[in-house]
Amino acid sequence: MTRRLSIFNVTSLVMGFAFLYLPILLLVVYSFNASRLVTVWGGFSTQWYGALFRNQALMEAAWVTLRIALLSASIATVLGTLAALALTRYGRFPGRTLFTGMVYAPMVMPEVVTGLSLLLFFVAVDLDRGFWTITLAHTTLTMCFVTVVVQARLMTFDRSLEEAAMDLGAPPLRTFFSVTLPLIAPSIVAGFLLAFTLSLDDLVVASFNTGPGATTLPIKIYSQVRLGLSPEINAASTILIGLVTLGVILATLISKRSVLRSRRNAH
Amino acid sequence: MPPPSRQSASVGAVRRAFAPWADPDAKPLIRFENVTKRFGEAVAVDHLTLDIFEGEFFCLLGPSGCGKTTLMRMLAGFEFPTEGMITLAGQSLEGVPPYRRPVNMMFQSYALFPHMSVEKNIAFGLRQDGLPKSEISDRVGEMLRLVQLEKLAKRYPSQLSGGQRQRVALARALAKRPKVLLLDEPLGALDKKLREETQFELMDIQHELGMTFVVVTHDQEEAMTMADRIAVMDHGRIVQVATPGEIYEQPKTRFIAEFVGDVNILEGHVQGQESGLWHVKSPSAEMPLTIDDPDEVLHSGQAVAIAVRPEKMVVQREKPGPEAVNVLTGEVWDIGYLGDWTVYRIRLATGEILRVSCANISRFVESPIDWDEQVYVTFAPGAAVILAE
Repeated sequence: MTRRLSIFNVTSLVMGFAFLYLPILLLVVYSFNASRLVTVWGGFSTQWYGALFRNQALMEAAWVTLRIALLSASIATVLGTLAALALTRYGRFPGRTLFTGMVYAPMVMPEVVTGLSLLLFFVAVDLDRGFWTITLAHTTLTMCFVTVVVQARLMTFDRSLEEAAMDLGAPPLRTFFSVTLPLIAPSIVAGFLLAFTLSLDDLVVASFNTGPGATTLPIKIYSQVRLGLSPEINAASTILIGLVTLGVILATLISKRSVLRSRRNAH
Repeated sequence: MPPPSRQSASVGAVRRAFAPWADPDAKPLIRFENVTKRFGEAVAVDHLTLDIFEGEFFCLLGPSGCGKTTLMRMLAGFEFPTEGMITLAGQSLEGVPPYRRPVNMMFQSYALFPHMSVEKNIAFGLRQDGLPKSEISDRVGEMLRLVQLEKLAKRYPSQLSGGQRQRVALARALAKRPKVLLLDEPLGALDKKLREETQFELMDIQHELGMTFVVVTHDQEEAMTMADRIAVMDHGRIVQVATPGEIYEQPKTRFIAEFVGDVNILEGHVQGQESGLWHVKSPSAEMPLTIDDPDEVLHSGQAVAIAVRPEKMVVQREKPGPEAVNVLTGEVWDIGYLGDWTVYRIRLATGEILRVSCANISRFVESPIDWDEQVYVTFAPGAAVILAE
């Protein structure tokens, strides 16, 4: 039953995608512009990428961003996985529903609120704003995404696999590392990639909690753009878009594959 | 023809040399002593006492929710009794976690580790014991031969058929040579043909290894084929523990008679006893029924149920002679031809429907009994069991 696309369908599809991606496409195209003027096409060139890599300030910001993303995603992955285990495994403990709600809250909380509340907290505990505060803030922001992904996998996890391992002589901790962890690993990796990309492109929470010497790439780009557009920023943004896209695609593929595999094993 | 005397008679297929349960000096391998398991308000196992002996092929049989799975999970260590005690070879199992029990289990879902090959799955338990590599690979090889899967050692569970997975699960559970092997609905996921073959294979393996097998099943045919003894469970209690033959031929209660195999139940009242035979007046028959069940202690006027298996009844068109006992009159309501058997459903004047099965011993029948025909159903005094109500 292949239904043909009508002209109406095609038009709405094209319009929709254009609406979503035309601005980004424009940015990507202009990052290869030979002209210095952002709005005038002067032929194809990759000179701005070269200039970008020679731009000390931008490269430094990129390095900070990368370190924060890696670190915060790692912490978020460990904490998020533990939360997912607690939520799926420990039955009906008192306050379970509340706990579930609280884990998911950062997902729907306006970023401004998250950023501001964290800033107030850091001021209250007298923590100097900088690299560590952004890392902590991003951990808070991204942990729930890891929990969601890992929890979805644990819901379909066959508990008799763990019972079998214990029955065969493996104590609980060894059971976890030899049976549970390998089987939920794809979802943990997917969760990590999601957390990583979220941290990579966050501007709001980061700018609330930043301090001297901890300028992330999104903050840097934002502040530079206010002084005037430069093709270098286009190039930096293009690379950022590429990284984020790659991360999301990988995360999707990995979690999809693990779902397929667990389904295949189910019968 | 006089019925064989009770002392010399036996029921079912009996492994004569093996009957430790009949020996008062025999020490049981597994002992449940007054075990109760509650889940909140619900009672899964209710003050249950049971002995299982070494080398036995023991079946826990019952409808779903009767507590048989809970009983097995308590043996494996996944659940602990609320009250009472379980001992294994004289040692209490109280507080012993599953990974420290000399008991292994084959799971209903098989629970094969999907990220490990067949080989690695079988080796898992041996690796936990820290055996040397060479011994592990020897033992894995031995297990693969036992279940005839040598060629599939490197495959992953997702690349195996249902029957092959079942074998891997069995090999993995056997690899550690446990004192007791627990099997949870071991054949439930197989199709009928494969199930029958595997039943006999399991019996062979159990015999070869001399291991104690405890099987949980809801399939009475499976239990009858494989078990040395069957414990029939209902509502957390054991209703009868006996050999398959005894369960089938001398069921203790109406529940067992109806749960194991097909049965016709005729209600009635005891009239009296005469030269060892009971006379029971039943509304289903004109004349009092004559039943040879001397073990029952009954008194006159007592309400009883008479249980007769379908294959122990005879259906005929001709009126039996005046000397015949246990004659019921009815008309053919339905006929089911099964190939090996023909099943007649006979409607009595009281509206009861009897099930009579008849082995098809010859290929052609001159004038077969037809629908709506008036027929007579008879059975021998020894064919029936009296169940006190």
